[in-house]
Amino acid sequence: MNRKKLQKLTDTLTKNCKHFNTFEVNCLIKLFYNLVGEGVERQGTTIGLDRNAFRNILHVTFGMTDDMIMDRVFRGFDKDNDGCVNVTEWVCGLSLFLRGSLEEKMKYCFEVFDLNGDGFISKEEMFHMLKNSLLKQPSEEDPDEGIKDLVEITLKKMDYDHDGKLSFADYEQAVREETLLLEAFGPCLPDPKSQMEFEAQVFKDPHDFNDM
Amino acid sequence: MGLTLTKLAQWSAAGYDTGTLEITPLNEAILQEIIMFMEGFIYKYPKEAKYVFVEPLEWETSLELSAFESGYVVSETTAKSEEVDENGEPLLFLSVPQIKIRSFGQLSHFLFMAKDEKLKEAQACIEANRDPVAKILGSEYNTMQEDSTAFNILDKINEDDDPEIGIKIKLAMLLKQLDLHLLNHSLKHISLEIRLNPVSVNKDIELLKRFSGKGEQTVLESIEYTSDYEFSNGCRAPPWRQIRGEMCYVLVKPHDIEALCITCSAEGVFLNGGKTDDEADIDYERKGEIYKDLVTFLTEKSAKFSENMSKHAIDFKEQQKEMDQPGETSKEEADTLQKAITDSDKKPLEKNQINFGKNQMAKRLEPSLNWKATVDFKDRKSSGKDGQEEKRGGKVEGRTSTSPGRPQLLRKSVERIEEIVSDSSSESEEDEETPDHRQEANADLPSEYWQIQKLVKYLKGGNQTATVIALCSMRDFNLAQETCQLAIRDVGGLEVLINLLETDEVKCKIGSLKILKEISHNPQIRRNIVDLGGLPIMVNILDSPHKSLKCLAAETIANVAKFKRARQVVRKHGGITKLVSLLDCAHHSAEPAQSSLYDARDVEVARCGALALWSCSKSNANKEAIRKAGGIPLLARLLKTSHEDMLIPVVGTLQECASEESYRAAIKAERIIENLVKNLSSENEQLQEHCAMAIYQCAEDEETRDLVRLHGGLKPLASLLNNTDNKERLAAVTGAIWKCSISKENVTKFREYKAIETLVGLLTDQPEEVLVNVVGALGECCQEYENRVIIRKCGGIQPLVNLLVGINQALLVNVTKAVGACATEPESMMIIDRLDGVRLLWSLLKNPHPDVKASAAWALCPCIQNAKDAGEMVRSFVGGLELVVNLLKSDNKEVLASVCAAITNIAKDQENLAVITDHGVVPLLSKLANTNNDKLRRHLAEAISRCCMWGRNRVAFGEHKAVAPLVRYLKSNDTNVHRATAQALYQLSEDADNCITMHENGAVKLLLAMVGSPDQELQEAAAGCISNIRRLALATEKARYT
Repeated sequence: MNRKKLQKLTDTLTKNCKHFNTFEVNCLIKLFYNLVGEGVERQGTTIGLDRNAFRNILHVTFGMTDDMIMDRVFRGFDKDNDGCVNVTEWVCGLSLFLRGSLEEKMKYCFEVFDLNGDGFISKEEMFHMLKNSLLKQPSEEDPDEGIKDLVEITLKKMDYDHDGKLSFADYEQAVREETLLLEAFGPCLPDPKSQMEFEAQVFKDPHDFNDM
Repeated sequence: MGLTLTKLAQWSAAGYDTGTLEITPLNEAILQEIIMFMEGFIYKYPKEAKYVFVEPLEWETSLELSAFESGYVVSETTAKSEEVDENGEPLLFLSVPQIKIRSFGQLSHFLFMAKDEKLKEAQACIEANRDPVAKILGSEYNTMQEDSTAFNILDKINEDDDPEIGIKIKLAMLLKQLDLHLLNHSLKHISLEIRLNPVSVNKDIELLKRFSGKGEQTVLESIEYTSDYEFSNGCRAPPWRQIRGEMCYVLVKPHDIEALCITCSAEGVFLNGGKTDDEADIDYERKGEIYKDLVTFLTEKSAKFSENMSKHAIDFKEQQKEMDQPGETSKEEADTLQKAITDSDKKPLEKNQINFGKNQMAKRLEPSLNWKATVDFKDRKSSGKDGQEEKRGGKVEGRTSTSPGRPQLLRKSVERIEEIVSDSSSESEEDEETPDHRQEANADLPSEYWQIQKLVKYLKGGNQTATVIALCSMRDFNLAQETCQLAIRDVGGLEVLINLLETDEVKCKIGSLKILKEISHNPQIRRNIVDLGGLPIMVNILDSPHKSLKCLAAETIANVAKFKRARQVVRKHGGITKLVSLLDCAHHSAEPAQSSLYDARDVEVARCGALALWSCSKSNANKEAIRKAGGIPLLARLLKTSHEDMLIPVVGTLQECASEESYRAAIKAERIIENLVKNLSSENEQLQEHCAMAIYQCAEDEETRDLVRLHGGLKPLASLLNNTDNKERLAAVTGAIWKCSISKENVTKFREYKAIETLVGLLTDQPEEVLVNVVGALGECCQEYENRVIIRKCGGIQPLVNLLVGINQALLVNVTKAVGACATEPESMMIIDRLDGVRLLWSLLKNPHPDVKASAAWALCPCIQNAKDAGEMVRSFVGGLELVVNLLKSDNKEVLASVCAAITNIAKDQENLAVITDHGVVPLLSKLANTNNDKLRRHLAEAISRCCMWGRNRVAFGEHKAVAPLVRYLKSNDTNVHRATAQALYQLSEDADNCITMHENGAVKLLLAMVGSPDQELQEAAAGCISNIRRLALATEKARYT
């Protein structure tokens, strides 16, 4: 990619993603192309990270393990739903991922947790997301009883309008009261440690960049 | 008396019939009582005295015939009374050496004639007549078969109403009463008799050890045995000393005096000759009075000990009680005995009950040669389950293992030792060890219990998502409620919560700390957290990059570190340094608002740090650590903020720390006073309280007092006096006023602000903490004339005098000072006299606390000076003069100086001077002469100079070698000492021998220099003295040449 094109892309993305400065955007673009690989650049085809590649990044870089949540995070990044994360989606997604305000994160997390996208997190969705969260105890008659109970507990805590499911309003209120509940149903944001490592690695030493 | 004689009197081991009474103090006391009863009998009961005994009391007397005077017919070998019975038989018949007496009247007479031999005669009589009651009243009254008596008497009453029977019954009752009286009386002796034994001595020493160590607050610097070997009987003295009843030797180093080497023996505790040169040995010779136990001994010897002891008194007693539990104390035995005796007129005495008491008395120490190892392995094994306690127990190991039944109790006392070792306590609250009660299994458990149990299960078995949900849900319970707090602990939640702190999951840590922060308000939970090792982990979290985590950890530490052991753990893991560095955050003014879950504002971080430091600063070692970590400048900077949330912990920390000298200096240097003064005017009562408290602590220093005034702190202090509802704040404010009023300029200001009137109003209906300070402040104000007038006019003298009857030592010291200051005003003195204040002051001379004694003696001086008819007043206190003179035997310098001053004033009255001379004031004063203390020297010299005015006291002082040391006083640097000494020497120089001594000691040269002094009195006295010496020299010369 030539310098002019890169410059233009950087400017556009810096304008769109308020959380990064030009330098940071540049770094991220560079990283993106590093990840995608220079060779694949061809005219006409969209270039980007497909689901597997993206999940791999999430796993390796941000330490996520839950397949389902990672899928949902991919969906969150892949705004145009074309099955791969292009450079714009990459930078915008990371903007929220790393630097998003509480409001943005809430919106993002709710979308991640709302598996069927109907605007509510239902009991079933909760059960689905939490089903691996407890150690299975073979002694118990119904191995899912604990999970069901956990769902009930969560609902009791977060379902303010008592309609048996979480609307965004419920969720927002609960999170504002107790920020810990932001990622109530699974980690869908980078944990602070890997976030710091990632930023330190990607945004390091501006002089390297200037040399380019 | 039958009962007493059979049961209590100590018969020698020989058979019952021929037994003789042992010469023991108890027996002597019983005999004395009997004699007193008999002697008084003839006057008290003249009718009964004529009653003729059924059988005569017979014994061998050593009384000479010549002793019999009128009323007796005396022949060569016999004597008989003129008094006869109905049959003409004499009531007393002596045929040397056999004597027979048949009435109480004659008994009384006989004892009267026996004079000095009374005791011997009474003893002989009792020995020969083992059951006197039976002989006197007839065998039906035989006390040996106690139970039948009552019935017999009743029978007799019913049978006939012969007048003689009436008398007999009356007599029986009288004797019964005597018997009871004797039993009670001998009981007192028994309780005095109880001798020290190794167990109690070791217990005392063990306890004192716990309260010893470095720092101002401990009772002693150190106390240790001279020998580590313990014999199987508990003694540590070598066998050849055990024979003399000595049990062990202790080396004690009190704070204020030289190290003492003390012998603990069965007779009591006394000072011995100390270590001899070859280290291993001790000079066993007794060097001082015998005291009844170690504590009494030390109280008498060291003022610091008794002062700190009174602070620890409650603790100490508690522990003593705790430790006494296994072997019942003698007191309880005495109670049993007492009870048995009071019951005895209803039912026959159980012999074994009495024996119980007797055994105790008879218990003697058996010397032992079996060396006993310090740690008894067998015992140790038996208490394996208390392993944890033992590990920590250290020295008390042996004790731990002997009573496995009370592990809980022991564990606590063991903990206490640790805590006390390193920490003083400027705190009073929060340290009580609340009993560790676990909820009963299967008792009615609240529903929360089961819900919490379930949540803890999810905490244990869930991944981080489930854990966070469980943590959040747990926070919905009312964590301020004890049931929930204990439920979390009882289902094992604490362990899990603390475990979570060690994970990498920041969210779990935050959630866990949020819960721990709440439940650690509970004292039991605090202890559990410390026991589970939670504190070091939290201390580590203080290093976390996440500010919100730091905040939570600091806040939790603030809650947990409310007791000593916890504070120690925080310090040992470097927590203080980390907490101090939290304070450093607050100076970046421009800061982004909270941007994520993990961030908090720097100010908040600093506030939490200050909170934790506040809790930690209650231990002395931590105060030092905070200072070393550079905490003071940071605190000073935080003090400039205006957030109350921040100011309270900051000022609280400063206030705690201001008890240390180094802090007070730093506080002055960092210009903290200014901000403290500013915050006095805050709206927040707690903040005001802490500021006042900090000023109170700092204002010991003169410069600080001036600073308070210069920054306008006196006015807000004075105005805070008007609000009396908040007692804590009132105590702090009055304390600050007290200390500030040590400076005269401040007192003037306070007078302007009408604070003195308000203070007088606070003399009634206030708690003691407030009273101490109020009276202290008034005492300082009273140093000025105007203020004394104000106090009198506001009616302050009466409440002050009323406070003289209190028991709080600090209060008494202040009250006596204030009353003394008031007494310098003749008008006030009249009021004090009218209220009998002088008598109250005088009686305070008997107070056990040396500070009170001294302060009372000082206060007496102006009273005697200003009272009308002072001489008469002083004489009216029965035994008062003797009391004062005996105080000269004290070894507290301040007491001695004050008493000398009092004696100076007392001796102004000739009659009183005569009385104190009779009480031996001269030798006592002379004994004190070799002192280096200038204050004492001055007052001693004044007292000597006054006492010279009577009889041959001048000569007596010379004889008691008081003159030579006095001459040396002239080399002191204090002109007051010079003046007093010159006057004393002038008085003494009226005696020729004294002049010689003075001359020999080089007084003339020293006095000559004094003649040139600008002080007129000194000039005159010095010149007078020289002239006396010169005159003597001239006279000798003249004598030589004529």
